[in-house]
Amino acid sequence: MALAPARIAMPAEARKGDIIEIKALIRHPMETGYRADARGQSIPRDIIESFVVTYAGVEVFRMELNPGISANPYVVFSTVATETGELVFTWTDQKGAATVERKQITVTG
Amino acid sequence: MARERSECVSALSAAMLLLLAGWPGAPAQAEEPASAPTSGTSLLSPDLKAMQDDDFANPGMLWIGEGEKLWQAKSASGKDCASCHDDAAKSMKGVAARYPAVDTEAGKPVNLEQRINFCRTRHMGEQPFAYESGDLLSLTAYVAYQSRGLPMNVETGGAAAPFFERGKALFTMRQGQLNLACSQCHVDLAGRRLRGDIISHGVGVGYPVYRLEWQGLGSLHRRLRSCSFGVRAVQNDYGADDYVNLELYLAGRARGLPIDTPAIRK
Repeated sequence: MALAPARIAMPAEARKGDIIEIKALIRHPMETGYRADARGQSIPRDIIESFVVTYAGVEVFRMELNPGISANPYVVFSTVATETGELVFTWTDQKGAATVERKQITVTG
Repeated sequence: MARERSECVSALSAAMLLLLAGWPGAPAQAEEPASAPTSGTSLLSPDLKAMQDDDFANPGMLWIGEGEKLWQAKSASGKDCASCHDDAAKSMKGVAARYPAVDTEAGKPVNLEQRINFCRTRHMGEQPFAYESGDLLSLTAYVAYQSRGLPMNVETGGAAAPFFERGKALFTMRQGQLNLACSQCHVDLAGRRLRGDIISHGVGVGYPVYRLEWQGLGSLHRRLRSCSFGVRAVQNDYGADDYVNLELYLAGRARGLPIDTPAIRK
């Protein structure tokens, strides 16, 4: 899980008070646990359970994921540019393994 | 109302199957219609087309990101792809447009996946990647992506000619329990509906493709295996000669069409 490729798109710079849109995509099978393989054996559930984003240490976005979310979940959310700092994106799966990505934003004005 | 409709649909499907099902072994019509083949991209809904065009949201890009890392992953011999091929954006540009191509050492055409594995075994002292493994898909997608937008331009004459003819014969040969040839749907009925889908020309310029049904990236051979399954024919193995010959024929048919990798399909 820690090796799951993830991509983030967000502006590198913004003016203070601007609403910025952030897109996040991670590669993950999001196996529901309700499918069976060709032999009829149940394929065990394997999903990401939470996606949390902090901005300069403050949580700005939290999402609980469930088996209804498709594979390779694509999330778009917005937040307000408040200060220059680091955004930390953490995806945690059902076993507790996490993928973490970090992005810097420079806020002017 | 729903019952009437489903009965109507199944009667229609049965009628269509009866029409198409001919004597076993009889070759089907092979004439290409006046309209040249077009890529399946033209059949996508506006939402899916937007997703395919968005380099961020296109899930296939996740594999291409991995391919980029693999390009620089050092093998046991200390070599990586970049050792010989340097910057993929320059060296791999146009490569996917001319594959499958005849490999002189193997004496037959090989596709991009097989060529990458030859590089690993012949020049890097490595084991080949398993066909359809995440690593091979990522690297193939990365290489094909460098030719995105370029027109397909495979060599179908010379050494490739007998294999191209074999591919053409396979394309027009009735197969499987349903006794259908590729051309019956993908030439004669292209553009018409099959249940909820519109039948494409079966061109294959977007591969490896992110298929919603697979919820992941897959190769052309995976799709061809589905096609074989669809007519209840025996599925060939990944990398089978006949699938490569067919791939060569499809690539020849697609001449001039721009490469779409990584495409999104249903």
